[in-house]
Amino acid sequence: MLYRSALNKAIDESMEADSSVVILGEDVGRYGGSYRVSEGLFSKYGEKRVIDTPIAELSIVGNAIGMAIAGLRPIAEIMTANFSLLAMDQIINHAAKFRYMSGGKMTIPLTVRMPGGVSRQLAAQHSENYETLFSSIPGLIVLAASNASYAYYGLKWAIFSNDPVVFLEHELLYPMDMEFREIKNFDPFKAEIVKEGKDVTIITYLKMRYDVIEAAKELEKAGINAEIIDLNSLRPLDIETIANSVKKTKKAVIVEEDHKTGGMGAEILAQITEKCFYDLDAPVLRIAGEDVPIPYNRKLELASIPTPEKIVKKILEWKAENGI
Amino acid sequence: MNSARVKKFYYLMRLGREFELAAKREYMNGNIAGFLHLDIGQEAVSVGTMQAFDKGDVFTHYREHVLAIARGMDPKLVMAELFGKKTGISRGKGGSMHLFEPKLDFYGGDAIVAGHLPIAVGCAYARKIQGENAGVFAIFGDGASNAGAFFESINIASAWKLPVIFFLENNFYAIGTHISWVSPFIEQFHKVKNYMPAKVIDGMNVCEVYDAVTEAKEYIENGLGPYFIEAKTYRYEGHSMSDAGKYRSEEELEIYKSKDPIENLKKEALKKGLADERYFRETDAKIEHIINEAVEFAKNSPEPDVEELYDGVFCKECENVIP
Ligand SMILES: Cc1ncc(C[n+]2csc(CCOP(=O)(O)OP(=O)(O)O)c2C)c(N)n1
Repeated sequence: MLYRSALNKAIDESMEADSSVVILGEDVGRYGGSYRVSEGLFSKYGEKRVIDTPIAELSIVGNAIGMAIAGLRPIAEIMTANFSLLAMDQIINHAAKFRYMSGGKMTIPLTVRMPGGVSRQLAAQHSENYETLFSSIPGLIVLAASNASYAYYGLKWAIFSNDPVVFLEHELLYPMDMEFREIKNFDPFKAEIVKEGKDVTIITYLKMRYDVIEAAKELEKAGINAEIIDLNSLRPLDIETIANSVKKTKKAVIVEEDHKTGGMGAEILAQITEKCFYDLDAPVLRIAGEDVPIPYNRKLELASIPTPEKIVKKILEWKAENGI
Repeated sequence: MNSARVKKFYYLMRLGREFELAAKREYMNGNIAGFLHLDIGQEAVSVGTMQAFDKGDVFTHYREHVLAIARGMDPKLVMAELFGKKTGISRGKGGSMHLFEPKLDFYGGDAIVAGHLPIAVGCAYARKIQGENAGVFAIFGDGASNAGAFFESINIASAWKLPVIFFLENNFYAIGTHISWVSPFIEQFHKVKNYMPAKVIDGMNVCEVYDAVTEAKEYIENGLGPYFIEAKTYRYEGHSMSDAGKYRSEEELEIYKSKDPIENLKKEALKKGLADERYFRETDAKIEHIINEAVEFAKNSPEPDVEELYDGVFCKECENVIP
């Protein structure tokens, strides 16, 4: 199943099941969504529930919060994660805080979906995921869907969750054809062990999952049997799954596309240190995006983010350096 | 309109169009990537505005190749930027949407819709207190006029009587969303008319664009505050190369193509005797040569070295930057 079809199916079935589910955003209606995620919904559910908005991200999210307060279950689509910055005040100061500030009396069943990440030569203003910003905010749930199954179950869960969920997608995943696994007793916060292994735990999420899987094949040839964990949920973080794996392999590598300084990896590393310090055989390795705005030129763009080749190279260097 | 001016308009509009057609071809050839927003059909706006607003600062959005060229940016350097080359105007780091040249007081390609408007206002403030009166020109689309940043900008600019021309290029669509679905009216000047002089013009007519901006420029130079112009125009291509433009009808497109700014200027000029067939023939040949040269230059230019990844993050390399 195409990743984007999994998202479409989740929205479609949710709208079908519950008339309070609405979707709003730029080009989501008649146009079908800029990544075709909302294709077909406008003709099926009409303009009252599939809402074309102006280019006004603050209002897209702000309006959605108001709709949620009034009893709807809005899905706000932000066209590209970079534009979520214009809605940050609504997401952080309002969506994330209303419940707490009202002594638990208010409920904000809001989902904010956004595609992000480094795609292909879109340059600095179209190439980011702000997972770290969102994940540092109490009151927000942050999910990151890397595969069709999680996209489907995770998004459905988000839509019916009574708490505000930031749902991160990656632009390069939309057209990917993926295996769809049925999941019984879905737990959105559970990390997935993508591959079992005994020598090193590689922790990753979103599109990097695929780069890590490729890298692991090469590492296998070099005699390193890696265990791969895809986080799925960035807040809360499934530290239990991570810790259990690190206790087994005694070594941890974090691979993220985000910039290194203050990135998700920094938080994961801190938690690993808290939980597994005495189990570690080597310092934790962070393989992350460089601390630069993403350049347009393809060669520089690739130099600014992890690639399967770089992941292999850095892990082999790290292995040699630490005599492991 | 005199002969020299008409010839300049024709030259720049044709240069812009051929540049865009070449960019489209090179995109298909795989030499240009990312988002490519073409200006084909809207050349009268890009050229008329930049010819009239010949001094002062210019802030633009991402559909800016023709604006940049009309402002005086070398087509070679623009094409090289589209190719992502080291010789490009932004050294291959910005690409199609991010052409900058402070020497020409040309800022943007900004790819955040309406993001450049508050910046233009700030620049106008600084110029004003520095005692300069050339003012600031900010161009944006109909989609941008729904953004908060737009409303904040017209408010501040008029409250502080800042020398800014707000130029709205109304091509009726923001990607695939028609302006009438997301705004209470099609003509956006209604939003502004209580704040500053606001007029609507034919954006398919380069002379009309030129005259309107000339008038606006005089107004802002006299310290009377900001001025708003809305030009009705049309883009023949999709929003970007990934958009087939299926949301609009063939008929609608044909209506605007019949108002083509370049063909119509040519017809007018011939009728009024401001230029002859020979001039157009020779100019077209000259432009073909310039564009071929630009493409060759871009093709033959080197790519940036990987070592340049961290160049340009800061003025001076900081110690806390992880190499
Ligand atoms: C803040 C923000 N939101 C959304 C986008 C995505 N986007 C890019 S261009 C565009 C349409 C803009 O239309 P308009 O302002 O009319 O300009 P035109 O493209 O027609 O020249 C949109 C929605 C963006 N770049 N920035």
